Amino acid sequence: MTQLVLYNVFNGLIIGAFYALMALGLSLILNLSGVINFAHGGFLAVGAYLAFVLIPYLGFWGALVISPILTAVVGLIIERLLIRRLYGRDPLYSLLLTFGLAFMLEDGTRFIWGPQTLPFSIPSSLSSPLSNEFFFLTGYRLFMVLLVTAAVTALFVILNYTRLGVRIRAGTLDLETVSVLGVNVRILRNLNFGLGIYLAGLAGVLAAGMLGLQPTIGNDLIMPSFVAIIIGGLGSLPGTLLGGLLIGIASGVTSVYFPSASEAVIYVMMGLVLLVRPRGLLGEEGRF
Amino acid sequence: MESRTGKRAADIAIWLALLTMPYWLPAVGGYTQLGSRVVVMALAAMSLNFLLGYTGVLSFGHAAYFGLGVYGAGLTIKYLVPSSLTGIAVGVVTGAVAAAIIGKLIVHLRGIYFAMVTIAFGQVFYFIAYRWNNVTGGDDGLSGWHREPIRLGFADIDILHDDRAFYYLVFACFALAVAIMAVLLRSPFGRTLLAIRENERRARFLGIPVDRHIWMSWVISCTFVSLAGALYALLNNFAAPHDLRWDQSGVFVIMAVLGGMRSFWGPLIGAAIFVVLQDYVSTETQNWMSFIGLFFVLVVLFFPRGVLGIIPRKAAP
Repeated sequence: MTQLVLYNVFNGLIIGAFYALMALGLSLILNLSGVINFAHGGFLAVGAYLAFVLIPYLGFWGALVISPILTAVVGLIIERLLIRRLYGRDPLYSLLLTFGLAFMLEDGTRFIWGPQTLPFSIPSSLSSPLSNEFFFLTGYRLFMVLLVTAAVTALFVILNYTRLGVRIRAGTLDLETVSVLGVNVRILRNLNFGLGIYLAGLAGVLAAGMLGLQPTIGNDLIMPSFVAIIIGGLGSLPGTLLGGLLIGIASGVTSVYFPSASEAVIYVMMGLVLLVRPRGLLGEEGRF
Repeated sequence: MESRTGKRAADIAIWLALLTMPYWLPAVGGYTQLGSRVVVMALAAMSLNFLLGYTGVLSFGHAAYFGLGVYGAGLTIKYLVPSSLTGIAVGVVTGAVAAAIIGKLIVHLRGIYFAMVTIAFGQVFYFIAYRWNNVTGGDDGLSGWHREPIRLGFADIDILHDDRAFYYLVFACFALAVAIMAVLLRSPFGRTLLAIRENERRARFLGIPVDRHIWMSWVISCTFVSLAGALYALLNNFAAPHDLRWDQSGVFVIMAVLGGMRSFWGPLIGAAIFVVLQDYVSTETQNWMSFIGLFFVLVVLFFPRGVLGIIPRKAAP
């Protein structure tokens, strides 16, 4: 029983790391540009399928490096063409446009690669269990946790110590002043969007190795990412990270005792958080 | 003065067109069930617009309450009472109660935050319908039941086999709900909602209990959406978990936006365009999702104010 609980907690942690990775990208875009990117799941799927295409040529490791970058480039282009038109407008329009985009990306991947689950090969060095006692602890899962940790650390380093990161954080607080101080806000938003989409692409490659590759992969993961942001507190990146991990563990533990509620539980958690602390766990007072 | 008579004429024309729809629709290539679907979806979109267009509150989770109406009606008819009207009543009450409770949790949120929370909350009901297999039928949906003829005691109305009779049931519900909304919007209560939409801070300073008004508007809107849901279940003799998923919420919003959020009849026009287009596209191609998605993008880029928004008007109502 202990092993079962441990297994599910660990499993939940991994799923939570996914949610966090995705939700961090969503949060970045939302905080700076005020756009809820419904298509984030679509970009995740793009990252996953690009990796699938690249693996025969570059191997898993090459695809892991290149695919998120290519996804980010796709993101930059779409920001330039479509998302840019939404800044400063009623959030209604950004929701609707990215919503349509999400549909198109999901259907597009289905059109190109078919609706069936595709085999996604991960290196054999990662797929074997590390020990017999903890059979669930495969190298891949451990690797994922490490990679997500590295990515999140890198993100916080970028935001705190690079010029781009400082500008992004400043823009989140007061975009107008940042603009007056001579920062090109259009480029800033563009790069910020690309950064968010990069995280989605990275999550996509990891998700494909874990869950298998199918067109709905992204849009199945987007709702929990929303919940992660709301629980953590809108506007707070550490909050988003915390929210993602929390809901992952919660749904992992629930699946031990009451499997059919493992999806619903995170929404119940969200309801409780809103009841007790409407701004979210780490959200700032009065921002929303 | 002139525009008022023009408006009156438009109102009469719309009511007449709806009233006679089963008689002219086949002549232009439609069928009566399509007409019923247009009216049901129009009711859903107009109810959403009560909140979206007239209170200025962005809900992206109305499919949840629509779906509660769908399942409320379906489950009642299948397991409890084989009566269409009871099914509708149970569906509406279920949706209204859920909206009242959830509304209490969320009415103090605004803008994007409100939208995100409504989307996410909607998913609870989706997962219940999806996972509670032995009651709701899970992913396969709730089948094995059908709408029942209405027994009035002295006469039966066979809405099961007579599509026209069913259309008029739908139309009667639509007319009642729309009339109530129109009266509410003209009342001091409705004017207060408009005031909140235009300038919430000022409304608050005037002593209007803003959160309570938004809550009431939310509950009214969700109640009528569940009525639309219950009718939708009867129309299809089926309930699918997809009816309460988040993409359905997006569809309601796009209908309202496409028609024009700032006009009372706008969502009806939007729903008619959307339903007819969907009916056509889904028979022509497998890739209807791409078309719907493209449609969303094009509406946002080129018709952000809706079809009726193109017509210039002096002042918002």
